Amino acid sequence: MRRGNVYLLIFILALFGLALWSIVPVNKLLPPNGLRLGLDLIGGSYLVYQADVSDIEAGNRDEIMAGVKGVIERRIDALDITAAIVQVQKREGEYNIAIQLPAIDDIEKAKEMIGLFTVLEFREQDEEGNWIPATGIVTVNGEEKELVLSSRYFKENTEVTLHPTTNQVLLLFEMDETGAQLFKQISTRLLGKRLAIFLGDEPLRGEDGQIIAPTVEAVIEDTGQITRLTLVDAQELSRVLNAGRIDVPLGRWVEEESKVFEPDIPLYERTVDATLGQDSIQKSILAAGIGIVLLVIFMLVYYRLPGLIACCSLGIYGVFLLATFNLFSSHITLTLPGVAGFILSLGMAVDANVLIFERIKEELRGGRSLAAAVEAGFNRAWTAIRDSNITTFIACLILFWLGGTLGAFMVKDFALTLFIGVALSMFTAIVVTRTFLRLIIGSRAVTNLAAYGVTPVQTVRNTK
Amino acid sequence: MIDFVGKKRWFFLISEILVVIGIVSLVISQIQLGAPLRLGTDFTGGTSMILQFSPPVEQSQLREEMAELGYDKATIQNAGEGNFIIHVREITSKDARELAGELGTELDSQVEITDYYLVSGTVAAETARNAVIAVIIAAVAMMFYIVWAFRRMPSPFRWGICGIIALIHDVFIIAGIFSILGWLAGVEIDALFITGLLAVVGYSINNTVVVFDRIRENVSRHISPDFAETVNNSLIDTLGRCLNTALTTLFVLLALFLFGGATIHYFVLVLLLGVIIGTYSSICISSQLLVVWEKREWRALLPFAKRTT
Repeated sequence: MRRGNVYLLIFILALFGLALWSIVPVNKLLPPNGLRLGLDLIGGSYLVYQADVSDIEAGNRDEIMAGVKGVIERRIDALDITAAIVQVQKREGEYNIAIQLPAIDDIEKAKEMIGLFTVLEFREQDEEGNWIPATGIVTVNGEEKELVLSSRYFKENTEVTLHPTTNQVLLLFEMDETGAQLFKQISTRLLGKRLAIFLGDEPLRGEDGQIIAPTVEAVIEDTGQITRLTLVDAQELSRVLNAGRIDVPLGRWVEEESKVFEPDIPLYERTVDATLGQDSIQKSILAAGIGIVLLVIFMLVYYRLPGLIACCSLGIYGVFLLATFNLFSSHITLTLPGVAGFILSLGMAVDANVLIFERIKEELRGGRSLAAAVEAGFNRAWTAIRDSNITTFIACLILFWLGGTLGAFMVKDFALTLFIGVALSMFTAIVVTRTFLRLIIGSRAVTNLAAYGVTPVQTVRNTK
Repeated sequence: MIDFVGKKRWFFLISEILVVIGIVSLVISQIQLGAPLRLGTDFTGGTSMILQFSPPVEQSQLREEMAELGYDKATIQNAGEGNFIIHVREITSKDARELAGELGTELDSQVEITDYYLVSGTVAAETARNAVIAVIIAAVAMMFYIVWAFRRMPSPFRWGICGIIALIHDVFIIAGIFSILGWLAGVEIDALFITGLLAVVGYSINNTVVVFDRIRENVSRHISPDFAETVNNSLIDTLGRCLNTALTTLFVLLALFLFGGATIHYFVLVLLLGVIIGTYSSICISSQLLVVWEKREWRALLPFAKRTT
């Protein structure tokens, strides 16, 4: 029995050491490698748009939405925003694009960029110098059509290379069948003139702020190249050309008399100021600190030696919990409700200990020996601990499901945090506290009953 | 020794008053606002935001100004330190900035939108629907749990019903308090309210289970021929545990409530109320109901009824 406890103690200490090592120094807990904090703690935006895929064949939607994700990622990259996350969510046949942006000054600009048309248009100049769409007449499926030259007709392999001898920046592209016909007509007509590239009604501009409008120097059919671009401009252009092959408007569906698509308005948006997040972190830490101090004082005054042990196992519990969050930081986002769940689980972690200690006290008053009282206390408290945590687990599971709803996504983090917290608290109470108590009692270091919160008078009282 | 069971009529009276106040408030709210509780953005859709004014402005001033700008139906909550949580019809973040700008000029204060939140009607409807489903599933799951937890009792059905009545009691009181806060202070309920409610409902049940567990144990030990005395002894046995667990949890929650900031203020309040009321109901309601049922003293439930003994 005693040897078993010593092994258990070694196991606990080893686990504790490992957990401690994983979170110390504290900057291991900080981003980018540490805990993942939700936008309500670090600030930022969470935007969800629906994609209008009604013009796309059902079989191609998955692939095209992956492309749209790429487009948006590139646009966000182009704004120099780091640590953004773009996800495609398929829900009941609808496609949602969820975008997480860190706290930035100009969220409106970012939203504008995200909501922009994805297709680039080529424009030529009329006599007055206005940019008008460059069109041509082509045969598609045996029908003649007037079409605007756009990024729709580019293949996805547009790329930037350097000329092997002159080191000149080259943007190489390939056209599909329709595009080849179109480009041939247009480039023949515009030989020696300029072609600008428009995103919506705005021309693409280079680093120098000038409109990117290369001069047509040869007739272009199925392949072509653009020269005299800076490397940065060429790379950017190749990105948007690749991304702009399909037009997928982002916005949301609204059910009124009929189903209407509202472009540019998100289904869901939350934007939190970074200073508010910072404030929330500080306040939570302060609150947790005060709460823990009160807790420790109470446990020490009321339960004495077992209270001290409970506080130690509570400390171990806290370290385990942080280490768990850190370990699974790619799956758990710590949000403000999550912090509340964490703090609540601290309070509840004490619960298991209290149940056990109350039982031990009772057994001691019943006149049992210390060792027997501890064993009986643990055995009889176990059913109560198990039963009482089941309801919390049930609640967590249901909440986790509810948190799958868009409007309630914060709920998920709370449920997850509380679940992990309660599970770990059961472990620390049953394994850690018990091992400590057994070892101390086994070593006969403290035999005075007063240390266990029981006075000799009380032992007599309840033995009727 | 404290005689809990002897005071059961008082406990019932207190709870009946609280529940009745809660129900009256829920009904008034239903008539005035169209819902028993003031529903937040999560459930109704629209835009809500936290506006931070420096220097702080008066809530009445803000309300007037909002009405003048056409937002007369806005819900405004004072979150302290110059912060206001406002819930308006759906407006884009651009329009929200304009609104904040105008408010700032009119009220002569710096305005910052520290938290902007937009939920479309379709998402809100889904959240509301799922919240209702979650509550129903939770109720059914807890019911099954109670039946299971009391499977070895002489009449599990009776114990289960007493547990569930205590649970409904807790929910009505918490909902009643939030309903009152809804029309007094514009406090809205959101998805986190449901979360807090489910979390504390679990807490309340497990308190009841611990007490019932002890009653069961004491009944089988035949500590007293009188059921009322057995229950009273069981309550005293478990009192330390019930109060201490509640206290340790309350310490941390109270700290969060007082110092944790505006964002989760009301979420923490749900938890806080739930722990207090849940502890009270497991000591003073569910166990006392068992005694009433066992002794068929139904008159004890009626306020101001004559003593039958």
